[in-house]
Parts: sequence; structure tokens; C-alpha cells
Amino acid sequence: MKTSVAALLSGIVFGLGLAISEMINPARVIGFLDIAGQWDLTLALVMGSALVFTVVGFPLITKKAHPILAEKFTLPTKKTLDTPLISGAVLFGIGWGLAGLCPGPAIAGLASLNPDIFLFVAAMVAGQFIGLKIEKTIA
Amino acid sequence: MLEPNIAGGLIGGSLIGISSLMMLLLLGRITGISGILTGVITWNKQDGLPWRAAFIGGLILGAVLYQFIFDRALPIEMQASGPLLILAGLLVGIGTRLGSGCTSGHGVCGIARRSPRSIVSTATFMAVAVITVFVTRHLLS
Repeated sequence: MKTSVAALLSGIVFGLGLAISEMINPARVIGFLDIAGQWDLTLALVMGSALVFTVVGFPLITKKAHPILAEKFTLPTKKTLDTPLISGAVLFGIGWGLAGLCPGPAIAGLASLNPDIFLFVAAMVAGQFIGLKIEKTIA
Repeated sequence: MLEPNIAGGLIGGSLIGISSLMMLLLLGRITGISGILTGVITWNKQDGLPWRAAFIGGLILGAVLYQFIFDRALPIEMQASGPLLILAGLLVGIGTRLGSGCTSGHGVCGIARRSPRSIVSTATFMAVAVITVFVTRHLLS
């Protein structure tokens, strides 16, 4: 219960951040990716200011014996630079560049009730299921 | 073309960073939205379904809250539609699954963990997205 409340609050802060920074707007994202156009640096400011917090905070937090509401930290364990990592990043990059939407802004954008956002999220969910199938096949 | 949103970018980015710190400090988890989403859509009760669903709900609620606080609609200008938008969604879904993460998990959290996988992933999807935009908006149009 406590973990759900904590995650809900964190989600709200994240969603507010996506809206205030306007990363929820595909035009902003494409404006950043379009380096041959009138470049919009907003996305770099968003990522940079988020990183100031995480770069400083993560090492301090993981020094603790355990998180406040859990017995242990659950961090990614994979270390190898393998084919799925790179090919996944390539496919994601193409999709991101085509629509200007990545998972966070797409999900938060559902709050707009824009039918196009619902269409994108439905396709993204279908894509994740396809991805899971591919992972099972190559494993 | 939009004028850069400097104040919004700095404040919004800080909120995203703070949210990631909250998740790590409280739950001991990385705020990777594509991964959190996978746990919800597969309805995996063995792997923290309640907190995952709560976070996803919070994301939407945060965007709802924005509309009340600032008394304006969410700024959303779609850049693709129809089959192209569906293709983009499929690619984002498949890619984030195979590549174990997206802009949040690899970009904001992974780089802070100095994870080589995340640094390589972020550099790759950024470069590919820039090339995709260049091809679709300058070469093909």
C-alpha cells in the first residue's frame, strides 16, 4: 500500500514535469531532433536538469543499506552491449523520430483525451507484446 | 516553430529528476517508464503490479493536474497521423522492449548510474531519431 502511494506521488510529479517542460508536445521533441531546422533546445534543458538531480542523488541514495519502503534496491543487472540493446535503440529511435513521442509523454498525454495519443499508445502496447515475443524467440 | 521554453524546461526537467530520486529512495526502483509499462500490460502480479499501475496512473494524473493548475489545455501538436503514427507506436513499443528502456530509464536514470548499456543506448536512439527527422523532414519532403 505504502509503495503504491509513493509510486502514485512520484508518477504525478513526473507527469507534471512532462507537461510543464512541454515534452508532452511532439512538436517540441521534433524541434529538438531537427538539427537542420530551427533547433529547439528545450529537450536538452529538460534532460540536463533532470540529470543534475539523478547524477548527484543516485550515488548518495544507493549508499544506503536499503530503500525506505523496500528490503533492497532493484537495479538493472545486465552489463553486456548486445544486439538486442542496439537494435532496440535503433527501432525506438526511428519511432521516436517519426512521431515525436516516447513512452512517458505518450502515457501522460492520454490526459488530453486526444484520440491520436490513444492510437499511438495502443500501437506502443501492441509493440511491447511483439517485443516480448521476439525476446522469447531469441532467448 | 516554437520558441525554446527555458523556464518550463528547467522546472519540468527538475521535477522529472526529483521523481526519479523519489522512486529510488522510496522503492529502490529505476524510473524506466517503458519497463514499468511492460509490468502493467502483462499484468505480472509477481513483480510489483500495484506500484507499477499506481505510477502509470500518476503520470496521467500529473498531466490532468497541469490543466487545473494552469487552467489551460495540454500543449499537444501531433506530428504524425494514421498509419505512420501506428508504425511509430509499434516501433517505440518493440524497440523499448528489446532495448530494455527508453528516454527515462536509459536517458535520465541509466546515465546517472554510469551504465555503459544506457550510455550506448541513449547515444544510439538520439542519433537514429535525429537521422529519422532529417530524412523525413528534409530529404523526403
